[in-house]
Amino acid sequence: MDGEPLVRWPWIGDHLGYLWGLLLDHAVISLVPVLIGLALALPLGLLCTRFPRLYQPLAAVFNVVYALPSLAVFVVLIPYTGLATQATVMIPLTCYALAVLLPTTVDGLRAVPEPVRQAATALGYGPWRRLAAVELPSAVPYLMAGLRVAAVSSISLASVGALVGRGGLGYLFIDGFQRTFPTPIVAGIVLVAVLALATDAVLLLARRLLAPWAVRESAVGR
Amino acid sequence: MNWFSWLSTFFTDPDRLHGPDSIGNRVSEHLILTGEALGLAILLAVPLGLLLGYTGRAAGLVTALTGAARALPTLGLVTLAVLVAGVGDTAVLVPLVALAAPVLLVAACEGVRGTDPDLRDAARGIGLTHPQVLWQVCVPWALPALLAGLRTAAVQVIATATVAAYVGLGGLGRYVVDGLATKDFPQTLGGALLVVLLAVATQLIFAALNRFALPAGLRRR
Repeated sequence: MDGEPLVRWPWIGDHLGYLWGLLLDHAVISLVPVLIGLALALPLGLLCTRFPRLYQPLAAVFNVVYALPSLAVFVVLIPYTGLATQATVMIPLTCYALAVLLPTTVDGLRAVPEPVRQAATALGYGPWRRLAAVELPSAVPYLMAGLRVAAVSSISLASVGALVGRGGLGYLFIDGFQRTFPTPIVAGIVLVAVLALATDAVLLLARRLLAPWAVRESAVGR
Repeated sequence: MNWFSWLSTFFTDPDRLHGPDSIGNRVSEHLILTGEALGLAILLAVPLGLLLGYTGRAAGLVTALTGAARALPTLGLVTLAVLVAGVGDTAVLVPLVALAAPVLLVAACEGVRGTDPDLRDAARGIGLTHPQVLWQVCVPWALPALLAGLRTAAVQVIATATVAAYVGLGGLGRYVVDGLATKDFPQTLGGALLVVLLAVATQLIFAALNRFALPAGLRRR
């Protein structure tokens, strides 16, 4: 890298459309898995609070899942899902999101104080109405905290998918490295960070709107 | 398309037993890189975290910084560091430390901050100085949190050190990256499996540490 400036602005100006495309691809492959993970974590978490014996083994499994290196999982899936396909990257990311979201869902649903549940029952709420009106809203701050962690790590993990051919913005790292040209790498880092922080900010805002009573950040620290 | 025959091809290859491409050598390279990164991160983050947690200053800032650090993609940092600093351990250590340090910083800070305030008051009351309170009361109290942070950091660094191979360094990522480049799936899968085993073994070791290495008074937690 002889005298090469870290960022060559004209390159960025010439490639805005390209960068935008990668950003959208990145958002899809990293955030759709988080949504699928949430859709799976809610019923599963509910099942775990109704049948507490289910939770320990499931939690152990997801604890191991969370420890699996992303690149290794991408690679292991290649024979089944193919090289450079969305599934190869999105299936592991869904598992990671689920591994983060299941414990937070269960914690959230369990956080309802017993007297509150009893009060709801005393008012004549059936189990489903109690769930919808009391238990789920109480779980929202926990869920949002889990979603923030899941979304931010999913966004930064998805770029590793570039090594197996499908990584959205991660492709910029491979591209820049192979051409010994740092501009795409810097652009990639900045865009990944911006996407992650913007998603985080949106989730934080959503939490303020959905659960205005939970103002204190550390109440749900994780 | 057969997983098991691929794995047996990989593990029975004579190259895997001796020489630079042997499993033993790659595992030790991986562990050394991981150890260096974790060691540096501990030196940088833990004392600072303990101090910030004890004084209660900047705790919000610590949390915010950690969130921001989590948003940085390590693959990007590694490739950029190599282009800027050249191939070498330093280029990979910087991003790995950047990955591990925030986790440890928050663990130390939150661990100390969570110390029962009555306990701290009592310790001050019987005449302990601030450093003594930190060392004899808050640090043991924060040990479970610290160990949990260390476990997360270790697993993340082990997983991410795989990326080092992409920029030309050794470690278990060598198998994954070389296998991908030459479409040698037995090698890629074998490497991936070894990384998984290493990560899971680390989890188990920390689970054991958590059970046995703590003062008896803290085990109830």
